[in-house]
Amino acid sequence: MSENKTLYDKIWENHLISEEDDGTSLLYVDRHLVHEVTSPQAFEGLRMSNRKVRSPDKTIAVPDHNVPTTLDREEGISNKESRIQVEALDKNATDFGINYYPVNDIRQGIVHIIGPEQGWTLPGMTIVCGDSHTATHGAFGALAHGIGTSEVEHVLATQTLIQKKSKNMKVEVNGSLGIGVTAKDVTLSIIGQTGTAGGTGHVIEYTGSVISNLSVEGRMTVCNMAIEGGARAGLIAPDQKTFDYIQGRPHAPKGSNWEMAINSWKELFSDAGSKFDKLVVIDGNKIAPVVTWGTSPEDVLPINEIIPNPNDFDVQKKQAVERSLNYMGLFPGQKLEEVKIDTVFIGSCTNGRIEDLREVAKIMDGKKVKEGIRAMIVPGSGLVREQAEEEGIAQKLMEAGFEWRLAGCSMCLAMNPDQLSPQERCAATSNRNFEGRQGRGGRTHLMSPAMAAAAAITGHLTDVRNLI
Amino acid sequence: MEKFTEVRSVAAPLPLINIDTDMIIPKQFLKTIKRSGLGKNLFDEMRYDQYGNEIEDFVLNKAKYKNTSILIAGDNFGCGSSREHAPWALLDFGIRVVISTSYADIFYNNCFKNGILPIILQKKDRDLLMDDALKGSNSILIINLENQEIQRPDGSIITFDVDQFKKKCLLNGLDDIELTMKKFDKIKSFEDSYSNKFPWLGK
Repeated sequence: MSENKTLYDKIWENHLISEEDDGTSLLYVDRHLVHEVTSPQAFEGLRMSNRKVRSPDKTIAVPDHNVPTTLDREEGISNKESRIQVEALDKNATDFGINYYPVNDIRQGIVHIIGPEQGWTLPGMTIVCGDSHTATHGAFGALAHGIGTSEVEHVLATQTLIQKKSKNMKVEVNGSLGIGVTAKDVTLSIIGQTGTAGGTGHVIEYTGSVISNLSVEGRMTVCNMAIEGGARAGLIAPDQKTFDYIQGRPHAPKGSNWEMAINSWKELFSDAGSKFDKLVVIDGNKIAPVVTWGTSPEDVLPINEIIPNPNDFDVQKKQAVERSLNYMGLFPGQKLEEVKIDTVFIGSCTNGRIEDLREVAKIMDGKKVKEGIRAMIVPGSGLVREQAEEEGIAQKLMEAGFEWRLAGCSMCLAMNPDQLSPQERCAATSNRNFEGRQGRGGRTHLMSPAMAAAAAITGHLTDVRNLI
Repeated sequence: MEKFTEVRSVAAPLPLINIDTDMIIPKQFLKTIKRSGLGKNLFDEMRYDQYGNEIEDFVLNKAKYKNTSILIAGDNFGCGSSREHAPWALLDFGIRVVISTSYADIFYNNCFKNGILPIILQKKDRDLLMDDALKGSNSILIINLENQEIQRPDGSIITFDVDQFKKKCLLNGLDDIELTMKKFDKIKSFEDSYSNKFPWLGK
């Protein structure tokens, strides 16, 4: 291997326990995040084979996917299947002695929001979770990715994962972002350019002035959607902003450990001359506020464009575009800005953090949600919710006409009662616009919190720059 | 895990690209705490209308494909969420082989953990098999993992590549955890030196 290592190479080497001739490797796992949907079968497997959790201290569990977000959830979850799943996690966390944030704990929230919030997520780590959006933690310079339930069981039992090394890919976003353009527009624009399979087999490192100028929370939004670009993980080299974000959090290193950690983290960057198998360069100055129009996250266009014609795509994609326009109820040539919406969903592990809520409040600025529009804000964690209330944002957003919910994944994947009805059209800050994702027949347009706020005000997809 | 032996079956054609895991098994079926029983909800929203009636046009509802063990799919099959419920649903329906040009990473790994073989082919070969699949009833494919061969109905052979470790696990029905448990000494000694090097990460 070359002496000039990428960030991914360095983290990989630090965690490599053994490697077979064919490259099959055993990798050590620093943090294992667990939620209620992809873990019950794994814990059942442990019980059946009489195994323990190898490192309970490094295992963190929280229910998030199918918890209700209405205030009455403190009285219990009415959906029987959801309740059984959450109760199973309660029991598994107790029986196996792992770190746990139960549903009515103020620190409960979306697993990828509370990991960083509680200081579990640190640079240089390997972090896994039975959830594809684990890529979020890459914003700290941690190698973080989703795994299946069989692998969840494997990590619980052994604190390791069988892996083959991915290739290195660099996405460089240069220049600077215009007014009204945010991290979400950056990450969607990247996928628009590379496609949903563009990163397959690779770990992406995001670099360039646009990335380094983003806040740590903005970087989480970028890495969160690495999976939508097909990559195993997204990474951003940690810097002073990262260290400042971590310092003082409950599980962050303290005292002399902090000094040692910082010195080690400062080595976490790709060496000059390190080799990338694939390089994508994007001019940040040209990124506009974008929305998705189809049913794949790669179906991205600047807001001032028109719905494309299926005939402009290759044969395979043409069929997919026809299908998605039919599903979405849109026609070629239609102006994106004229597409009327019914619902606004603000939240998810992509955009459910405090800065996202501040952004929404800034755009609303005394304006109201248009009459007839259902608008919902689901903070990413109990602590995000509390902070927004302390800052007075919550009150302003409620006065503007938003519902103010408890923390959870909510309408991002609609496993709880927060769902779209058939043909209901939603401006969403989440990460997937797949058919049926937010409810059977529901129509999702992905966008930034600022753009979702703009759509809430006007009732149609809107260029937020006209409201600033 | 059940050993993977030779698979002989009609193949069902699903030429759509980017078939995601929400399509394979919609989220309302993820509330189970079991691995089994998901086959009836495989491709639920494509397979049934809102009243639960079968949609005739959908490939797996057609008599000739109802008992298939092989899916031939468009590019980037299995993208989206990490839910292992997707391979569980495929397996429970009876699918043991998927053939496409590419897969999403997590889905691809999840298949092997459940005795499903996801085969990657060049587009031209996948397209040939798609044509075979469209012919239906008498168009049997034979998948031989040992020799890494697919025999087409006309007797011609298409070969495929597969990771040798994953192949061994599938052929022998090996359990990953059992294999890793054999390396416990290595893991233990790694942990010791690791916690000396990065003491802030805990034991």
